[in-house]
Amino acid sequence: MARLQTKFAKRLSFLCLLLIIPAVNSFGMHIAEGFLPPSWSIGWWVVFLPFFILGLIAVSKKIKDEPTQRILLAVVTAFTFVLSALKLPSLTGSCSHLTGIAFGAIIFGLPTMAVAGFVVLLFQALLLAHGGITTLGANAFSMAIIGSAIAITVYKGLKMAKAPQWLSLFLAATLSDLGTYACTAGQLSLAFNSPGESFWSTFIKFGTVLGYTQLPLAIIEGIATVLIFNTFYKYSTSELGILKKI
Amino acid sequence: MKQKKLWPLVVLLALLLPAPFLFNPQATFDQGSDDQLIGVIEKIDPQYTPWTDNLWEASGEIATLLFSLQAAIGTGIIGYFIGLSKGKKTGLDQLQ
Repeated sequence: MARLQTKFAKRLSFLCLLLIIPAVNSFGMHIAEGFLPPSWSIGWWVVFLPFFILGLIAVSKKIKDEPTQRILLAVVTAFTFVLSALKLPSLTGSCSHLTGIAFGAIIFGLPTMAVAGFVVLLFQALLLAHGGITTLGANAFSMAIIGSAIAITVYKGLKMAKAPQWLSLFLAATLSDLGTYACTAGQLSLAFNSPGESFWSTFIKFGTVLGYTQLPLAIIEGIATVLIFNTFYKYSTSELGILKKI
Repeated sequence: MKQKKLWPLVVLLALLLPAPFLFNPQATFDQGSDDQLIGVIEKIDPQYTPWTDNLWEASGEIATLLFSLQAAIGTGIIGYFIGLSKGKKTGLDQLQ
């Protein structure tokens, strides 16, 4: 009985840690509450849910099998948390958020980041009125799924091409950030279109609004990802040994 | 990764962060991408009205507090682990 309690307590405290930490930046790019028609809102939730469930399984397995990785898991979620909170001014005269998802995605993979991204977005939607619950499925898909997928693909691809690690990280993070926004533009273009306009012309409308603002910020995210990876890599001990393997 | 070679990135970061203010001296930076997206939606489909709204929206100052807390807590955790890792490494190095 006592053992079960400790196990439960450990899991609960870790979950709380996840709740406090997450903050992945993705804010500028999130679709605000109510701005996705009901059918699309539900649709994207349905698309996101399987990834989330796989993520929960992956995270609980990780906590159980390799408790030392809990630390790093908390840290990548914290990174997402922090970057999400930063609203940065852009060269275009408006501001936006970063995503911070690439760092965690490269280390832990997509399913885990589905959970981390979800928690951050939930926090943002509930407490900061940023994004929404109805649009959470869509926003989580853009950031935690597409964002992670791009980060992992770009990183692994460049690594296979023997690119220097900092460049692989930088491009993975920058493209992941831009990809998340592109996905958001795509989601909006699917849901909204003027009569007679094609998907692509609508996509360009949404995309240009986001794109110019996001480009310098995506570069900032790329640099930040390289720097944080380097910081942890420098001090890698056995717990953070995973960083030496990626 | 070689630390020495990363300083150009830090310099670039230091240049990029204040750059928006230099390029746009008149800009107020008060419209986030979220709001801009809403603007585009309104142009494309003027009849669309949001069918739900956020459960709770903090007022300006409280929102700032929450964003700051978010960044602070996250940074605190990251900082803690950087410190912990450095300490461990120093300890291990000293043992050898």
